Amino acid sequence: MSFQLDIVTPEKTIFSDTVDDVYLPGSEGEMGILSMHAALVAPLKPGELRYLKDGKIEELAVGEGFVEVADNKVSVLIDLAIGEDAIDEAKVEEAMKRAQEALAGENVDHDEMAALQVVIAKSEAMLRLKRKRM
Amino acid sequence: MANLRDIRRRIKSVKSTSQITKAMELVAAAKMKKAQDQALAGRDYADKLNKVLVNLKGNTDDESHPLLGQSEGGKELMLVISTQRGLCGGLNTNLLKKVRKEASPEAEYVTVGKKLRQSIAKSGGNIVTDWEVADPVPFNDAKPIAKFLTDKFLSGEYDKITVAFNNFVSTLTQTPHVSQLLPIRADELAEKQDYEGVGKGEIGETDDAAALNMDYEFEPSAEGVLDKLLPLYINFQIYQMLVEARASEHSARMVAMKAATDNANKMVKELTLEYNKARQAAITAELLEITTAMKAME
Repeated sequence: MSFQLDIVTPEKTIFSDTVDDVYLPGSEGEMGILSMHAALVAPLKPGELRYLKDGKIEELAVGEGFVEVADNKVSVLIDLAIGEDAIDEAKVEEAMKRAQEALAGENVDHDEMAALQVVIAKSEAMLRLKRKRM
Repeated sequence: MANLRDIRRRIKSVKSTSQITKAMELVAAAKMKKAQDQALAGRDYADKLNKVLVNLKGNTDDESHPLLGQSEGGKELMLVISTQRGLCGGLNTNLLKKVRKEASPEAEYVTVGKKLRQSIAKSGGNIVTDWEVADPVPFNDAKPIAKFLTDKFLSGEYDKITVAFNNFVSTLTQTPHVSQLLPIRADELAEKQDYEGVGKGEIGETDDAAALNMDYEFEPSAEGVLDKLLPLYINFQIYQMLVEARASEHSARMVAMKAATDNANKMVKELTLEYNKARQAAITAELLEITTAMKAME
């Protein structure tokens, strides 16, 4: 049984099609959603999103956001969703290194630390996805 | 005649000015289209976010969250979104007037864009910080601004955060607008914003009743989700206002440059007429001289 999956960022709709199942990086742990799931709202953390379409698994690296499930429709609202081909490994690595250096340095207050950790988590998610395919 | 050469020179300079303004007009038109498309592309996100927020509102104790509330008065921090460059008609002047009218006397400012940063600094306003936003507006540029403002509010340094920007009504009309960002008024949360000018009428109102009837499970809890969602809501608000201001800037520039091009072309026409008249006069005078000389020799 398939259901509608929409992946939406504030800038554009990344994906809108029917899929067979979807796995999301929920803030409380990874969760899988199948057809006819109960209505649900849950925050997401940076990580990998996988969905199965026509027997093929597709993967995207995603940032922060949340998922809404209603009426057998899944909407993922996210600030970043990027496919494996669009990831520029060198760039991501550089951003991650910068964030790590900033984190290791002094004068990092609690909020900055949280923001930097998000950057690192997103970078890691993208790199993991990219390297898996190679 | 020196006069002829002067006119010719002026025609040339006015013509090249009109070429530049024409090019700027076309560039602004293309960028305006992009900004409008961008605002439209965010509609899906806004729609879904609103729906979930309306539902959450019904499921949680409204006033409990520190970002929600009804603060009146107190110390104000105003985010002023102006343009980085000029040549866009009265856009920034009008916004400055609005800011002067709406801001409380002891308000402090955060600015986006060079133009009003300079004006506010000159008139003695205290500018806390300044941000630069790329074109077209990336969502990632809105996030640090939203975070900065939220932190300032939560730390209790300011009691109220407002945003001043130009609201895009149509290509010909942009109106300066001031809206309150924080605290989020619980009753206004997820309501259709009156400043949503770009792409207005493209989506219907969020159906409150239908949204409330959805029986969501919240993971981990309604409060936990609200805690995560409100910052996203603020991010998105800032993003939308930035896009709105950008669309206004480009359309104002387009109109201003169109007027400039038209004026330059009119001027070229007038100067050409003057040039032809002067040339005619010169020829007549020359002929007159020759005939007079001939008559004198007879």
